[in-house]
Amino acid sequence: MLGEGILKGMAETARNFVGSFVSKERLTTVEYPEERIAAIENARVFPFLVYDTADWEAGLRCVACQICEKECPPKCIFIDKSKDKKPDAIGKQQFYPTRFDIDISVCMSCQICVEVCPFEAIKMDNEFELATDDRFGGLLLDRKQLAKPNEYYHQIHPTEAAAVDARLAEEKAKADAKAKGAADAAAAKAAAVLAAKPEGAGD
Amino acid sequence: MKTVEEIKAAIEAAVPGAVVEIVLNPSPSGQHSLRLAPGHAVEVAQFLRDDAELALDFLSNVTGVDWPDKEITEKVKVTRTVMKTVDGVEQQVEETVDEARKRVVPGYLEVVYHFFSMAKKHGPVVLRMRTVNRTDQVELPSLTPIWRSAEFQEREIFDLYGVVFTGHPDLRRLLMWDGFKDHPMRRDYVDPDDYEYEPTAHDAVLARAAAHKAAQQSASPEGTGVGQ
Amino acid sequence: MTTTSTAFLREKMEEGWNRPPVIAPEGEGELLEIAMGPHHPSTHGVFRMDLALDGERVVRLKPVFGYLHRNHEKIAEQISYLASMPYTDRLDYICSLTNNWAYALAVEKLTGQEVPERAEYIRVILAEFTRIQNHASAIGFLIQEMGASGTPLMYAFKEREKILDLFETLTGSRMMCNYMRFGGCRVDVSAAWLEEARKVVAGLPRFIDEFENLLSGNEILMARCQGVGILRPELAVNAGITGPMLRGSGVNYDIRKVDHYGIYDRFKFRVPLGDHGDVYDRYMVRILEMRESITILNQALKEIPGGPVMDPKAKIRGFRPKPGEAYGRIEAPKGELGFYLISDGGPNPYRYRVRPPSLVNLTVLEDMCLGSDVADVVLIFGSVDIVLGEVDR
Repeated sequence: MLGEGILKGMAETARNFVGSFVSKERLTTVEYPEERIAAIENARVFPFLVYDTADWEAGLRCVACQICEKECPPKCIFIDKSKDKKPDAIGKQQFYPTRFDIDISVCMSCQICVEVCPFEAIKMDNEFELATDDRFGGLLLDRKQLAKPNEYYHQIHPTEAAAVDARLAEEKAKADAKAKGAADAAAAKAAAVLAAKPEGAGD
Repeated sequence: MKTVEEIKAAIEAAVPGAVVEIVLNPSPSGQHSLRLAPGHAVEVAQFLRDDAELALDFLSNVTGVDWPDKEITEKVKVTRTVMKTVDGVEQQVEETVDEARKRVVPGYLEVVYHFFSMAKKHGPVVLRMRTVNRTDQVELPSLTPIWRSAEFQEREIFDLYGVVFTGHPDLRRLLMWDGFKDHPMRRDYVDPDDYEYEPTAHDAVLARAAAHKAAQQSASPEGTGVGQ
Repeated sequence: MTTTSTAFLREKMEEGWNRPPVIAPEGEGELLEIAMGPHHPSTHGVFRMDLALDGERVVRLKPVFGYLHRNHEKIAEQISYLASMPYTDRLDYICSLTNNWAYALAVEKLTGQEVPERAEYIRVILAEFTRIQNHASAIGFLIQEMGASGTPLMYAFKEREKILDLFETLTGSRMMCNYMRFGGCRVDVSAAWLEEARKVVAGLPRFIDEFENLLSGNEILMARCQGVGILRPELAVNAGITGPMLRGSGVNYDIRKVDHYGIYDRFKFRVPLGDHGDVYDRYMVRILEMRESITILNQALKEIPGGPVMDPKAKIRGFRPKPGEAYGRIEAPKGELGFYLISDGGPNPYRYRVRPPSLVNLTVLEDMCLGSDVADVVLIFGSVDIVLGEVDR
């Protein structure tokens, strides 16, 4: 019969229409911004800098090695390296970035900066409601706006943050063991030198 | 499928006068190419498409490459006659020295064609053609009359590199607008500094645009405003 | 009068496929020259067609594009190989994972790099998901332009959302995935992700059945699409057409079967072919390809082995392939997507060329549209399935 295909199609649409009142699966609209879907854990939007202790400046993991600046495809990261060294979260003397700007109007969220950072200092955020009406600087995030604590990182990417913390703890343990081994060897060497000194030479 | 040597032999047998040269590809991909002189290119193309064994009926990709002029320094042995003192007597002696000479290897534009066969399901066969130089002798024969798929791709190479394809049915710019003057993909292309830009923190772009704007304002004095 | 002009046009079409633009003979009245686009809801992006119309019939059609030209090839000459990978996402922006795979394949051909088995399976799974969501969107948009006001499109998008959620869980981004690397994939898939993927695949056959119920038997669709925009197989081969457009004309050429790239040899799947080469055949080929993709997905999700997803010796930074060149191609959802790379030993490619399927498929747009009505032009153009990001790069 002519029109059979159209009627079959309409039956399909009717099934969805009626079904949207009774089954959750057929009602797919989410009324944003009153309703929000939970963010997927791995989602990435723009980068942020991780800091470890309560002091955001001293605790920054970034040591201004500028590898992310070199590898960034659209060249949206601008870093100025410091001339002096300051102690970082664990007390080691490190360089630090005096300027670390990311132009998020240019950033394409590719995550290559995160991949190449050797110090786990830059990670991807998932905040996307960043629209601003200041077009001449509102989208240029500086060091202070980018720095967020490690606890925030655990909040947005729990699995990843836990893995990063485990990796950092392992590296720290290895570095400590190596330092201890070197200290023990130095102490043993000093003791040997002392023992080998002839009697009466220290008068 | 035939190897590059066999294809070269087949072309030379079928189209007498065709000059074909093998260009080896050092990478592990093993895709060696055949360099074709532009003279008999259309006949060779016809042979490649209509041959029963090769049956290259599918032209997949046409690429333009720019090889700019290269200045190379090479050591040349120069024999000169000089006055030299030998055993206290001044006489003319021939001596040979190594001299470093600079030479400019002229550049050219190159067009690379990748062929496959839909009938025989083999490929790729890679063909190259080079222009004489990059400045005034940039013509190459168009393969569009043989394979229609070259139509837009050759137009793009004309647009972005400046290779003029003789015999192309409709040679005009493809991606850039019709009034555009330069050829953007060339290695020596200088982009204009009067982009409409958004002031971002790209210091170099900002400085250049500010300088350009200042130069523009000093060139045309402030006499063009409303009410003048 | 109009029958004579149609016969005249058809005769011109038969004459050969390299004829100059056809102008109606004198005394037929004035031609209306109109530009369709670039701001047009039905042109799939910023694309212009300069039409010359005799009443409603198309007498000449010249496509004009370049509005989205972002000079991807020149940018790639100035950044490293890895840094070009996120830019390939933005070529065919609906199918970012297949673009990534094509580029990774070309670089792996250039360097002779081997890819671990698990990575190959992941690549196939993601590519087939991409193919399904691309074909669903393409059909959805085609039907939308026919006047269906978005209902089939939203059906397709409902399913597409599930696939995009899978992509987001794995790669971090719904569309610009940046996931393949030279020598494997960026991160490994978890068992939970594979479970979720199996659930999505289990729901797909019902979705395609619903979709077909809505569309394939629909009389309006059949009346508008059958016999419209016929593309002869000889012209298709000569014009370098690839993908569902070629197979809709009956030519059996699927790069997955011809080149045996990746591990496609291990999967049993069929290649659907059309008989007439019209818009309806291309639509049916896309539906059937979606079903074949489900077959491949089922096999791949069952057989995926363990192991690493990246060659541990593969370099991320400081990657300098030796001088040489390579052309690598895959069967992208739109056709043959190829990358041609020339390396001079440095960290950046010397020449980086993208062979876009959408650009080459547009070569025969005029041939297919001559003699049809303007309304059919919209349909024929929709059945070519182009994305301007790829056409213009």
